[in-house]
Amino acid sequence: MTGASSGRDGSDLEALYQGIILDHNRRPKNYGELPAPVHHAAGRNPLCGDEVAVFVKTEGDTLAEVSFTGKGCAISRASASLMTGAVKGKSRAQVDALFDLFHDVVTGRKKAEDHKAELGSLVALGGVAKFPVRVKCASMAWHTLKKALETPAT
Amino acid sequence: MHRAAGGPVTLAPRADFPLLERHPSLHYLDSAATAQKPRVVLDAIRAFYEEANANPRRGAYALSFEATQRYWSARETIARFLGAADPECLVFVRGTTEAMNLVAATAGREGISAGDNVVVTALEHHASFVTWQRATIEANAQFRIAELRPDLTLDVEHFASLLDARTKVVAVTHVSNALGLVSPVAELVALVRRRAPRAMIVLDGAQSAPHLPVQFDALGVDFYAFSGHKLGGPMGIGGLLGRKALLETMPPYQTGGDMIESVGDQVSTWNTVPFKFEAGTPNAADAVGLAAACEYLTGLGMARVRAHEVALLRALVPALTAIEGVTVHGPTDDAAFAMRSGAVSFELAEAHPHDLATILDQAGVAIRAGHHCCQPLMRRLGVSATARASVFVYSGEADVAALAGAVRHARAVFAGD
Repeated sequence: MTGASSGRDGSDLEALYQGIILDHNRRPKNYGELPAPVHHAAGRNPLCGDEVAVFVKTEGDTLAEVSFTGKGCAISRASASLMTGAVKGKSRAQVDALFDLFHDVVTGRKKAEDHKAELGSLVALGGVAKFPVRVKCASMAWHTLKKALETPAT
Repeated sequence: MHRAAGGPVTLAPRADFPLLERHPSLHYLDSAATAQKPRVVLDAIRAFYEEANANPRRGAYALSFEATQRYWSARETIARFLGAADPECLVFVRGTTEAMNLVAATAGREGISAGDNVVVTALEHHASFVTWQRATIEANAQFRIAELRPDLTLDVEHFASLLDARTKVVAVTHVSNALGLVSPVAELVALVRRRAPRAMIVLDGAQSAPHLPVQFDALGVDFYAFSGHKLGGPMGIGGLLGRKALLETMPPYQTGGDMIESVGDQVSTWNTVPFKFEAGTPNAADAVGLAAACEYLTGLGMARVRAHEVALLRALVPALTAIEGVTVHGPTDDAAFAMRSGAVSFELAEAHPHDLATILDQAGVAIRAGHHCCQPLMRRLGVSATARASVFVYSGEADVAALAGAVRHARAVFAGD
């Protein structure tokens, strides 16, 4: 029986903090900086202190290598980790489309189950939709990636 | 203490608080952010609007007189609750933040010159820290920060070393909103008066007014700022208590109606204190609500409020430290509880406070995760956020047990069990 938070139960929590999320939090993929020249940007959630920096090496229109650094909650770290895997090798247009889909899924506008193929491992973050307070945690890495791609490489 | 049918031991019954009645499984441990409201407060606000609503002090009819009486009576009650014998020393503002801004914009702006210094502590809430930082920069003065000892108490020696003849303002928090530690105000005041005779002392009372018996006239500070919503009053009302002599010489803050005496074409004169600082139609209804909250707490007895929270903290802190991986910030030995109040900041290894808060939310336990508007403090702790649980009169052992149980569960989730 939950308190003032309504409509959620233990299984929703399990869905949010499933093994894959905890694993990516503990052992994030593609963690670290990339050597210059590289597109990079930093993101910060002033409300909670989550920080992330995203680094991208592009080859033409393709995101050849992506990495991140930062400290924050499990959701923000796992999301950043999963993101680097999901966008590597994709074109900018594909990354934009994936960002829009990911955003729709975590805000509950679309269902993760309906887009399993396109989401790939990102489907693990589908549970965030039931925790609106955590949407910013999940999407911060993506907003930062977008900012990095809009910044010339240095 | 109230023990309802085998339920938790609270000081005030949950039944007095409509929101807690509506959410029986809620363990609300974020009173440091805002307190739940007793029914009598809500009734008093409603009664003002239903029975006596008129613009105070302006109408020539009976209803306006009634509004004026209730509003003035509220001021008297609140001033008395905080140990100020003269209600004219109480300026109504929106809350602690506005009170700080008021002092900085008036006495601060006038009093701080280039080459002077302002002393704050590393514990200050942004309402104090940022406000005085900006005022100092604007005056081309020096911003000095009193640091903490390893146990996170204020380093009084370091504080003393920062005070000198050019110190114009000393801003100190009475109770740290992040750590719940009570500052040694008497000792600090004595040091300031001796070593920085030209300094005004501004005390942030946001977290002391709800929990400790406050005697403004005896504290020896120049200003005391507090928020009504943290002691069970409505949001949007709070106060600045100030020494009358200072208030009388300070320039006004906001200008407009009611704070003037006469308005000429080229120059205006100001009303007397406190009205000089209260421009525009007042938030009379909420002042009445705040007075009802003060009376509610007086009914419980502030000495008992203090004793109750100490007893609860004596249960809460060990319940947390008993959990593997949990660190409580600040002293936790037996002697520590004499200087602990309300809030406890803690961490669970391997779990970010945000994640902890979400897991606790599932168990109906409401805590705060974040920097608590104390980024300078968080930096010194080496973290970007902590988890914070805070108690008030309606908190009891059941809340402590729920918190401990949920933190244990969170530990299991993160350990991958």
